[in-house]
Amino acid sequence: MLKVLKLAARNLLRYGRRTLLTAGLIVLGLVAVLVFIAVSGSFKQTIVGQITDAMLGHLQVHRKGYVASIDNLPLNLNMTPAQVEQIEQVLKGMKDVAAWSPRLKFGAMFSNFTETTSIRLNGVNPQQEAATVPLLAERLVQGSAANGLVEPGKILIPEILAKGMKLKVGDTVVLVATNLDGSVNGKTFVVQGVLGDVTGPGGRDGYINIADARELLRMTQPEVNEIAIRLKDPARLAQAKAALEKALAGIRNAQGQPALEVHTWEGLSPFANIAHMIDLLDVFIRIMLVGIVLIAVMNVMMMAVYERIREIGTIAAIGTPPRRILTLFLYEGLLLGLVGTLIGTALSLGIVAVLNVWHVRFAFARQVFTLTPAIATSNVVLIGVIVLVVAVLASLQPAWKAARMDPMAALRHV
Amino acid sequence: MSLITASHLSKTYRTGDVDVPALRGVDFTIEAGAFVAFVGPSGSGKTTLLNMIGCLDRPSSGTLQVLDTDIASLDRSAAAAFRGANIGFIFQDFNLIPVLSAYENIEYPLLMVQDWPVAKRRERVMALLESVGMRDQADKRPDQLSGGQKQRVAVARALATQPKLVLADEPTANLDHDTAYRILELMKKMRDEFGTTFIFSTHDPKIMGEAEATFTLEDGRLTDGGGKHA
Repeated sequence: MLKVLKLAARNLLRYGRRTLLTAGLIVLGLVAVLVFIAVSGSFKQTIVGQITDAMLGHLQVHRKGYVASIDNLPLNLNMTPAQVEQIEQVLKGMKDVAAWSPRLKFGAMFSNFTETTSIRLNGVNPQQEAATVPLLAERLVQGSAANGLVEPGKILIPEILAKGMKLKVGDTVVLVATNLDGSVNGKTFVVQGVLGDVTGPGGRDGYINIADARELLRMTQPEVNEIAIRLKDPARLAQAKAALEKALAGIRNAQGQPALEVHTWEGLSPFANIAHMIDLLDVFIRIMLVGIVLIAVMNVMMMAVYERIREIGTIAAIGTPPRRILTLFLYEGLLLGLVGTLIGTALSLGIVAVLNVWHVRFAFARQVFTLTPAIATSNVVLIGVIVLVVAVLASLQPAWKAARMDPMAALRHV
Repeated sequence: MSLITASHLSKTYRTGDVDVPALRGVDFTIEAGAFVAFVGPSGSGKTTLLNMIGCLDRPSSGTLQVLDTDIASLDRSAAAAFRGANIGFIFQDFNLIPVLSAYENIEYPLLMVQDWPVAKRRERVMALLESVGMRDQADKRPDQLSGGQKQRVAVARALATQPKLVLADEPTANLDHDTAYRILELMKKMRDEFGTTFIFSTHDPKIMGEAEATFTLEDGRLTDGGGKHA
């Protein structure tokens, strides 16, 4: 094998410039793919991380029909305390679940005593919320979560509201909400913190303690309308959703239908479509790489066979077995792919390292993210293997032609 | 002992709708250790005959036994294996592999055709380089060698696997007269040294005399020398 490889390497060096150009093309394609995967992966991971770790969690449980009318934040589709208890029992038994947070979402009027506007609010248990969406506290641009994410009698308000109504930490505001019976109730709160706005559902919500929410809504029993769930491994999203759906299927409504529904973050956030687009682009750019390698290697190998017909005739005439001639040309293609892969991978890793040193910032909607591109070893290996396999496949036809060549006709070739 | 036996050997090529006979019922026998020339003008059938003896082509009719093997019975792979084991080739244009040195060109059949171990390979190549007087040029590539030197390397390559038969198609056609003689002398020396049968073709009357026996071909027929030659 080594001797054939050595000869193949020499044959490639025979046409140094052509080999260099072809390898350069492979390098270019490989760098484009790896750097794109690193940058787009970082972008996707950052946004998805923000959505799941600062707002939605990985999974959410609602009463059936709640998500369809979530824009109205209905209070007539709350889960009963008995249902919540059953759900919590199920969650306690699931090994994929890291934490969960019951929420009471509702709309209210928000006033600073001179101006009034509307606000979407989440009543949360601070410890459970902090465990389920750990990046929420990091969104604080003013104030602190040192004594708990949101203390009783206090409120976290979105930055857009703080700016619009000229509010700061320590100011008093009034929340006025209409409960399920249509009666109106008001309660004063002190601003504990201001949350930076983020893109996505709930990105401009306010947060209060769930006990305050129930008091404001004059609830007689501890109802919630959303349970956000954090998974230990986000990659097990689909499996965890399926397991949870199966476990909750026994909770039925009065009509005997399943009373609850489970959604992944992907089903709740429009960014999931962008994430899928990124995945699709990822596939397309890989296909382009396959095309580049296929055309470049096939072209150069066809040229090599055409230019060396007499030489092929000579080695065939002196008794070189056809399979060895086939191997020789396959190795030439393989080496081309290998050189391109090694240089391309090294160059890609270098570019990614530079991008991490330079701290590339990326604006998405109203947010600016600092990208931390990284290439997973599995991706490097996979792309490398793709290039090598395609290089060999591209050499197959020319190599087969060389191996099947009639030595007598080849020796006559001018 | 007969090395090659041809009986009513014919070969016809088809060009478009026309059949072009290249050999017409040739009979001959060549003994082991012979130094034989097929002579005749261009188009007389010399190369066709050598190609068939070298298992590169098949007869249209008649039989051709080479080393007791009917060459018509060999498929593509078997023919390649037969050539690799028994036949060496010397070409008019030398046909050395341009990326390999003189040493490596001689080594090629030992490495790629017969898988000789490295020590034995080295010993054989050095002995051949010495025999053909190219030891000092071992590291040179074909483009650094003269025509005569290239053909010396080609002779050594043809003999590398210790074949029983070496076929040389117009081996001196691209060489000047003196060099041509020296190459034929070298081939003769190799025959004497290794006992290998040499068959070459030529249309040059001046070097025909170097052969110990000649077959003359004209229009695909043997006009002189048919029969048994030692």
